[in-house]
Amino acid sequence: MSRHTLSVLVENKPGVLTRVAGLFARRAFNIHSLAVGPTEHEEISRITVVVDVEEHPLEQVTKQLNKLIHVIKIVELEPESSVHRELLLVKVRADAATRTGVLEVVEMFRARVVDVVPESVVIEATGPAAKLDSLLAALEPYGVREIVKSGTLAIGRGARSITDRAFERAVRSA
Amino acid sequence: MTGTPTPAQIAARAEARDQVRTELRSRVVSGRTEPEAATPRVGPEDVTGAQSIVRSLEEVGVDTVFGIPGGAILPLYDPLMDSAKLRHILVRHEQGGGHAASGYAHATGRVGVTMATSGPGATNLVTPIADAHMDSIPLVAITGQVASSSIGTDAFQEADIVGITLPITKHNFLVTDPADIPRTIAEAFHIASTGRPGPVLVDISKSAMQSRTTFSWPQDLQLPGYHPVTKPHSKQIREAAKLLATAKRPVLYVGGGVIRSGAADLLRQLVDLSGAPVVTTLMARGAVPDSHPQHLGMPGMHGTVPAVAALQKADLVFALGARFDDRVTGKLSSFAPLAAIIHADIDPAEIGKNREADVPIVGDLREVIGDLLPELAREHEAHGKPDVEGWWHQLDEWRRTYPRGYTQPEDGHLSPQHVIQRLGEMTGPDGIYVAGVGQHQMWAAQFISYERPNTWINSGGLGTMGYSVPAAMGAKVGQPDRTVWAIDGDGCFQMTNQELATCAINDIPIKVAVINNSSLGMVRQWQTLFYESRYSNTDLHTGHGTRRIPDFVKLADAYGCEGIRVEHASEVDAAIKRANEIDDRPVVVDFTVSRDAMVWPMVAAGVSNDDIQYARGISPAWDRED
Repeated sequence: MSRHTLSVLVENKPGVLTRVAGLFARRAFNIHSLAVGPTEHEEISRITVVVDVEEHPLEQVTKQLNKLIHVIKIVELEPESSVHRELLLVKVRADAATRTGVLEVVEMFRARVVDVVPESVVIEATGPAAKLDSLLAALEPYGVREIVKSGTLAIGRGARSITDRAFERAVRSA
Repeated sequence: MTGTPTPAQIAARAEARDQVRTELRSRVVSGRTEPEAATPRVGPEDVTGAQSIVRSLEEVGVDTVFGIPGGAILPLYDPLMDSAKLRHILVRHEQGGGHAASGYAHATGRVGVTMATSGPGATNLVTPIADAHMDSIPLVAITGQVASSSIGTDAFQEADIVGITLPITKHNFLVTDPADIPRTIAEAFHIASTGRPGPVLVDISKSAMQSRTTFSWPQDLQLPGYHPVTKPHSKQIREAAKLLATAKRPVLYVGGGVIRSGAADLLRQLVDLSGAPVVTTLMARGAVPDSHPQHLGMPGMHGTVPAVAALQKADLVFALGARFDDRVTGKLSSFAPLAAIIHADIDPAEIGKNREADVPIVGDLREVIGDLLPELAREHEAHGKPDVEGWWHQLDEWRRTYPRGYTQPEDGHLSPQHVIQRLGEMTGPDGIYVAGVGQHQMWAAQFISYERPNTWINSGGLGTMGYSVPAAMGAKVGQPDRTVWAIDGDGCFQMTNQELATCAINDIPIKVAVINNSSLGMVRQWQTLFYESRYSNTDLHTGHGTRRIPDFVKLADAYGCEGIRVEHASEVDAAIKRANEIDDRPVVVDFTVSRDAMVWPMVAAGVSNDDIQYARGISPAWDRED
């Protein structure tokens, strides 16, 4: 099993996320995380999906995804040539006695406190999955009350844009 | 170049983007399924959404629709009544309408069209849509949906048919804005009929049908993510030619894709030029004439021994429009263990799905074979024809030792294989044969000689019992001048025989051969072989010596069809002759046959093809040093 991050450019149409998610389910592909949002082209949305698969089934995943009419382009983003980020919001117990300790952890991980009440804080952090795991481990002793995480977002390093090329290619061959 | 783009660069990019967008919007693409002379522009006409649907179907070239009205699709049925171009055939069940559209598509190569209302009407289409999806049939299903304002409220006869059919359609649409109707219908037909064909569902809300809108034609297709690759890669073609020209034990493994792409004529040239043996799968029967000397028959679970053995011993398997289905490969890990694989298919996802391909070729088979022929001829010129004499010596020995055949039933009752064989011989290769699913289907695939593509129609992938009668009806509508035989089982026939009413009333004189063994025969065969002859729930009480419920001859009569019963071998020819002579009404021949007849050869499910049994307990003696 290995983990792969795919950027899937799709037409911004109703139901497109269902089509993608449904395909993963019925072909028995395992989704680790999924994030979807708009791009610089209003016609195109971008789904970042992290999958756990063998090498061979990964090819099946991309080929089957490509068969969906609303899928325009799929790019695998290799960890070494791309930036991967998740967003974490975590509610941690923090009273007068422990708040300083919690804030030190926040400082160390370059996270931010976005809400404070006398008995807890909400911390916002972004980073690669490993960094967020370390942050959570460091906060654990103080009492983690609630965690919410986004799926991974990823973008290739360097000047090239996959959306621009996809958009132009899509139009050229339309 | 890195860094912040200059304002000029940004402006230039924006302009380029606008330009391509404009291009996208202004592109005029006809959704017609056949190439035509420049279509004259039509419209804009002021119409209702319902009229817009009718006009779109007319413009896209539809001549026949199989359907049933109901509440949500009522607005469409009103203008449909006035259309001079669309023949609507009122079926008795939506499943029958869907299979009829599929049979029509099978027999003509054109897109089949079916219509149903919302809710139960739409859900009754699920089986034929799934069937068409598995067998790559170009099909467009149009369903009515409740009014836009009621969607999501669990309204009367509401079903999320777009959601339900997501996994079993090539694509589907929900239309709530009448302005989208013509473009959506053009896109639906384009998607259904190009690339790997498949079913497309268009769900249209009643409110969209009732609103005023404008209709114009042709329509711009807006499908930026849909570009089927039809032109094969020349390097792969050269590689394939090289392998085919040097293989010592090649086999051409031909699937239904050859028929869908209309490549049978070119395939014939490839067979002749290569000198290689050819096998045709259940979906490809007729793609190569059975009379061709290089044709070894059907591979797979109930394939011929020579076809199965050839694949197992081959050093090169060239798959053309086939998908290495489990019914062909048997236990996948032991399928064609010695062979390099060339796999040509229009669907890239089929290549490498089940079996790794050494030479993958993505393309339309017409183009693939068209490009391959000169390349292969060049190889032959440069290096001489391959030496396949030893291979043919072996193949011919298998053919001599294990010919097609069957034994007479011991109970003295009629042999189903004899009936089907005579039916094929007396009707000839110009007939169209449409099977249900089960033993009769396998016998019809084995014992009828197919000489032309699109003459053998069956449900291969989904294995839909009840396919035969409605699909035969659709085939007869598409090919009215041909004799169309539905070869059905007594189990299958009871699932969809209500369409005999449709046939009788609409002057669609199909012929039905019920191979009546009074049981769910294939299931019974498996119970005989794998469940110690414990016949759990497979007895149907329709044959000789039973109460005959129902009596198929009386049933035929009730439906306004000619009913004939045949119980003895001596009556078979006369009954077929009479049935073939009747052309003013449908005919049902109830052939009450032995229930103990079994389909052989057989490779049991999940077992290696090496363990094929020619008949019960008889395994071919392979050359054991292999």
